[in-house]
Amino acid sequence: MAAIRTKPDPQIYTFPGFGTDKFPNLMLRGAGDLDNWHLKTYEQKHEGYVALKAALKLEPVAVVEEMKTSGIRGRGGAGFPCGLKWSFMPKDTADRKFTRYLVCNGDEGEPGTFKDRAILEYNPHQLIEGMIIGGWAMQCAKGFVYIRGEFLWLVEKLEAAIQQARDAGYLGKNILGTGWDYDILVYRGAGAYICGEETALLNSLEGRRGEPRVKPPFPAAKGAFGQPTTVNNVETLAAVPPILRMGGAEYAKLGTPKNTGTRIFGVSGHVKRPGLFELPLGTPMDFVVNELAGGSSTGRKIKAIIPGGASAPMFDEKDFDCPLDFDTVKARGSMAGSGGLICMDEDTCMVQATLRLIRFYAHESCGQCTPCREGCNWMEMVLHRIEHGEGRMEDLDLLASLTPRIGLRTLCPLGDAACGPMDSALQKFRHEFEHHITHKTCYATGSRLLSTVGAH
Amino acid sequence: MNHPLPPDTANEPLAPGQRLPDSERKEFSPEALVEIQAIMAKFPDKLAATLPALHIAQREFGFVSLAAMKAVAQAIGIPEGHVFGVATFYTMYQKAPVGRFHLQVCTNISCALRGAAQLLEKVCEKTGVKPGQGPSADGLWSVEEVECLAGCGSGPCVQVNHDVYDEFVDEKKLLEVMEACKRGDYRPWAK
Repeated sequence: MAAIRTKPDPQIYTFPGFGTDKFPNLMLRGAGDLDNWHLKTYEQKHEGYVALKAALKLEPVAVVEEMKTSGIRGRGGAGFPCGLKWSFMPKDTADRKFTRYLVCNGDEGEPGTFKDRAILEYNPHQLIEGMIIGGWAMQCAKGFVYIRGEFLWLVEKLEAAIQQARDAGYLGKNILGTGWDYDILVYRGAGAYICGEETALLNSLEGRRGEPRVKPPFPAAKGAFGQPTTVNNVETLAAVPPILRMGGAEYAKLGTPKNTGTRIFGVSGHVKRPGLFELPLGTPMDFVVNELAGGSSTGRKIKAIIPGGASAPMFDEKDFDCPLDFDTVKARGSMAGSGGLICMDEDTCMVQATLRLIRFYAHESCGQCTPCREGCNWMEMVLHRIEHGEGRMEDLDLLASLTPRIGLRTLCPLGDAACGPMDSALQKFRHEFEHHITHKTCYATGSRLLSTVGAH
Repeated sequence: MNHPLPPDTANEPLAPGQRLPDSERKEFSPEALVEIQAIMAKFPDKLAATLPALHIAQREFGFVSLAAMKAVAQAIGIPEGHVFGVATFYTMYQKAPVGRFHLQVCTNISCALRGAAQLLEKVCEKTGVKPGQGPSADGLWSVEEVECLAGCGSGPCVQVNHDVYDEFVDEKKLLEVMEACKRGDYRPWAK
């Protein structure tokens, strides 16, 4: 077996007051400590596998009920209530037995998001424990963890951690005397952003091209290998042990009534202290950016923030006070997505920033649906033209007319994701696009965002 | 009535598979075959072994050549066309030879805000290769511009071969990484 990587990383995971009742430390426990992944440390320091032992004494239905009480919503992007998702799994009847699977989505590819990586690095056992509890609640036969291909060292670490759990009897045959057999397999992707979409992930897990499937049938009816499947994000599953330890009702007191619990926000871009901050949902965005991440690193004012990973429409100054929970962010015209805040200062050229984002979607479109495959490429070409001083005023109307023809017209949300940044940039920073067209140069004076040697 | 001319085969474009460069190696080693068999047995369907087998092929062959795809199809017992489709879908399977140290620079938005574009230019200048150009003359370096590596908080980040090295890479740090490569501190790209 390959040696486990022990390279320290310079990421910031904490802030003053972290770990107190106001800012409970549920998922980033021990983050920053490279020895933390061992089973012994997890059991001794972080109440490891306590929740599992309690859960195995409960009926599976009771565990699902506890998750429903906690009100936790999926942390992957869509914010679907996790307990409800679990309850969709078909139950065995007298004449029909199902083979059910639980799949963990660790294909973290959304620009601006780097939370799952910290969980896998420092707390793999918490994820494993969450997956075993989830497996028990839905009576699954197997769990699969799909991890993006770039995280090779994390795949090795997780496999080592799973082996430790197997040796301790938490996985395998007849787990802790319940007569229930369950095992977790790790699957490594190969570099496709689209595989973060649940049905594309299932295709990839089956060894196919990562192209999203037509829904229905939903994964709960026909998922991995044709069997009923639930797909949960790494962060959602890692939140399961704390929920069962403290009780669903207690967990529901964190955050706001319809957006319960804590979530890991990643702050990146032009801030002094970029890093991961675990906070109750509903924490205002300006508090996260100014107090925790230290505000602008360049000395210039922050002009735009993307509140939920690259797919979320941008916010400008007037929305910086937005509380970060699923509903409020949505009501203000963006989405909480995966919780990655990308901050851009005044000197950032929004045309370049938008072009960089759209280029990403054009590159990552799987090519299955015409509106997304062609539309993203056309948006990229038109933006490229504007950026290189060959734009025409009609191009802005052309861009605005493209997005309604892409959004909601594709199998998966990748097309919609590309429209978010495009629409919001055009709405909120139209003057920069116009300046580019009339003056043939950037409105902002910051350093270039696009390299001159790019292969794209 | 004019009869159509016979097709001019001399200038016809090559079939997709024939456009790929060839690898020296043509077959898996026996250990790799055992490894693939073990993966096939673990999953409910043998098709699931396609992605892991291609990763193994990349490790053994140096890159995923047509011969590697055929070897994967044969080892698992699935159609060659399926393997070709999968191998060309995912960007981490290199379809052309790469250098001993494959430098992958993320230039997506979070890293770009912290100077990834300038870093990529620096990487190209120091190694003497451009993205997508294949290895340098000494076979040491190749450069690729990649999408988000999930190192947004500590960007710009560079991945060397299979590991992400993401500590706020600037010019000084880049030179250190390149020195470390030459010393052999990094996991090799392939066997």
